[in-house]
Amino acid sequence: MTMTAGNSIPAGQGRWQRFRRSHRHLSGFKAGFGLATVAALVIMGLFSPWLAPHPPNQQDLMVAMMPPDWTGPYVLGTDHVGRDILSRIIYGSRVSLIIALSVALFASVTGVALGVTAGYFGGRIDGAIQKVVEIFWSFPPLMLAIAIVAFVGQGLAIVIIALTAQRWIPYCRVTRAEAMALREREFIMAARTLGASDGFIIRHHILPNVMLSIIVMTSFAMANAIIAESSLSFLGLGVPPAIPTWGGMLSDSRAYISSAWWMALFPGLAIFLTVLGLNLLGDALRNQFDPKLKSH
Amino acid sequence: MLLYSTRRLAGAIPVLIVVAAVVFTLMQFAPGDAVSMLISDEASDADKARIREAWGLDDPPLMQFLNFLGNAVTGDFGTSFKYKMPVMELVLERLPATIELALAATLVAVAIGIPLGVLAAARPGSLWDSLASTFSFAGISMPNFWIGILLILLFAGHWHLLPSGGRAPWGMGVEPITGFLLLDTLIQGRLDAFWGALKHLALPALVLGTNMTGIITQLTRASVQEALHEDYVMTARAKGLGGMRILWRHAFRNALVGVVTIIGLEFGALLSGAMIVETVFAWPGIGSLLIQGISSRDYPLIIGLVLIYTAIFILVNLLIDLLYTLIDPRIRIN
Repeated sequence: MTMTAGNSIPAGQGRWQRFRRSHRHLSGFKAGFGLATVAALVIMGLFSPWLAPHPPNQQDLMVAMMPPDWTGPYVLGTDHVGRDILSRIIYGSRVSLIIALSVALFASVTGVALGVTAGYFGGRIDGAIQKVVEIFWSFPPLMLAIAIVAFVGQGLAIVIIALTAQRWIPYCRVTRAEAMALREREFIMAARTLGASDGFIIRHHILPNVMLSIIVMTSFAMANAIIAESSLSFLGLGVPPAIPTWGGMLSDSRAYISSAWWMALFPGLAIFLTVLGLNLLGDALRNQFDPKLKSH
Repeated sequence: MLLYSTRRLAGAIPVLIVVAAVVFTLMQFAPGDAVSMLISDEASDADKARIREAWGLDDPPLMQFLNFLGNAVTGDFGTSFKYKMPVMELVLERLPATIELALAATLVAVAIGIPLGVLAAARPGSLWDSLASTFSFAGISMPNFWIGILLILLFAGHWHLLPSGGRAPWGMGVEPITGFLLLDTLIQGRLDAFWGALKHLALPALVLGTNMTGIITQLTRASVQEALHEDYVMTARAKGLGGMRILWRHAFRNALVGVVTIIGLEFGALLSGAMIVETVFAWPGIGSLLIQGISSRDYPLIIGLVLIYTAIFILVNLLIDLLYTLIDPRIRIN
């Protein structure tokens, strides 16, 4: 909707309110920004070797700690051992992308499988699954991941497992509640009366109906996984240090904070924009799909 | 109420035992041998075997777990490899610093988040609303270690207004009484030291509170707005009550239950966030202790801290549940 001269604006409303009124579809902006971020992340991750101006681990002490120079060979500057910040950010997107996608995939599969089973069958199965949820939910966020990495060791696969360890729970809780409500609906009862098996009902009736919630949650789960991974890398508990990551770059920057601000600013900005995009996308999707929330 | 609290507390015990079992199982994956972490490589095999036996390391895992559990119940998590002192003693020494930081962060989040959320809800679509929305999305999406580094860069490096880390300036000679520095300095009437401690606390608390501020702003806005559409608000309006009175006395009060829930839920995230913020600001709490413990493979310290962290988390959630009844008289516990 665009503002036209004929729009009647009640007296007393400021210019800002008129702007907001004319941009009612701000959720369109949110979704757009979110999708653009996801696209940028995927493109950076897939085409890093072609996009990055320098190899990410190429060290050259002659050019160490060069400030950003928009016209020079090191657009975002270099770090303490002369590696190009821009190239490392581009390559760092790979770890963020892999972690975000893997954690979202494993968490959603585990969480939805357990949640739908618990909600659909109820009774003892539900009771047992709820106990498991309670145990995993008792750890403060990130604590279980830190304990896993601390004892089992570092590596991409371990970080993915560690972050999935708690991330499946929101999927489980939401799909359990939805499956419970759906179980009592007429169309499911009708299917059951017609002799459909539980497996058939879950596949053809329950899962399609919980899909929208899963999509919304996945956006937030990816944002969460990126922050969690960068936190682990920042603490030196993420993937091995040889692989460039945004969190690892920020960890390196701490020792040079007073002399090379660009080492801290740009990798953090990459995390912030990616996570913001995914959060906005999740919010836009939620507004779109959940009429209860739409009114607010 | 007392019965309910006792029952809830008792219910937390099996959860803690299973949590301990999970952590104990994870520990079995740890590379290396506890004995080799403690004594030098030159010790003879016979010496090592003696220590293994004395520590029960040759017992079956179940036996080891039961021993561990028995000790843990009495608060004995063993001796830290690195600090050579009981884990519990170390934790108790540094716990007040973390609690002080977490409470200060909660205070920051509540002081900014609630007014911002209420203002946004009172005037949907206004500049305030957009400001609150932008602010909360940014707050939720910014990694706190990044904000920490940037604020250190500005406030300590550039403007020299606040210290870049640590908990108190050296040589102030404040005797630890409660362990809470702000309280101790006040008790001893040391206003200069209080000011110093406050300056050290400011940045870490602000950074740790950022995410929570974003979440509280969003939730307050949503709950107050929902409350503003309720019938009782309409009645209050019809009675001719003023806008501010309706907003704060009627709408906000009813929205408070949701806000308290989120503060409780987020307190866990705050505890985890403290590990990172404490590391960034060299804050001597249990979070930075855990990270140091992990980097030096100090297993007794790690296990003890993970369990204590989790126990605190469970207790806080229980406290929040009990707090509901005080805020919302409609919730009655049977």
